[in-house]
Amino acid sequence: MNLSADLQGSILVIAVLEDRIDAASAIQFKDRMREVTQTVSDRVVLDLSQVTFLDSSGLGAVVAVLKALGPLRKLELSGLSPTVQKVFRLTRMEQVFTIHDQVPHDVQHAG
Amino acid sequence: MMCNMRADRRRAWRMHPPPPPARLRILLDADPRAVRAGLRRLLTTTPMCDLSDDFRGTTEIVLAEVLNNVVEHAYAGQGGQIEVTLDYEHPILSFEVADTGVSMPAGRLPVGALTPLQPDTDLPEGGFGWFLIRTLTQGMTYRRRSDGNRLTFWMEAE
Repeated sequence: MNLSADLQGSILVIAVLEDRIDAASAIQFKDRMREVTQTVSDRVVLDLSQVTFLDSSGLGAVVAVLKALGPLRKLELSGLSPTVQKVFRLTRMEQVFTIHDQVPHDVQHAG
Repeated sequence: MMCNMRADRRRAWRMHPPPPPARLRILLDADPRAVRAGLRRLLTTTPMCDLSDDFRGTTEIVLAEVLNNVVEHAYAGQGGQIEVTLDYEHPILSFEVADTGVSMPAGRLPVGALTPLQPDTDLPEGGFGWFLIRTLTQGMTYRRRSDGNRLTFWMEAE
């Protein structure tokens, strides 16, 4: 499971560099996320713009990451493809996450 | 899942009568990587490539959930074979999924209700699969026989 992590001011931006988070990769995704979120940041944004498909195992893994971050850091999502968005919408998990169209910028950090 | 077919050909299809009836049967091993490969085969060839991206996405969600359930529950991760038959006759896309694993719990289809989200309770990390299958299909049957399980479900292409 390839991820990239980039600390942009107070935002840790993690991009998933794979086209799927599914039953074959959900555990590796959770393990890698646990590693990269050790970096201290106020916010964590998961950039899913390269992910075209996510199944219920992948959804469960994203929820597990949110819970593992604890109450002080929220997991935000960005760049959901239509099929990924459908999974979040139908399961009502879109109410749980802050979802951005594009990766947000840290205002203080910009420029 | 990207289609092999060129976009201009797909657009051309849509201006013409719906794709002709088609049937496709594949056999796959019951493990998550083989499920990925099986989905790719089913979703990137005709008739699926002749249907809309949105409907293909919906079909992939349903089929992935059904097949991964067979891997994880019918075969309990121990492996086996899954036979998938796709039938398309406009506008109905139907699938039959057969395996020789153990029965569904109590010999019947799960209800597939979603755990309600409540404040101050732990968020669910599972229980989404059957909900998605039930929500995105128009009908489903399940038969348990001495030689295994046979699940059929169908969806209407928009």
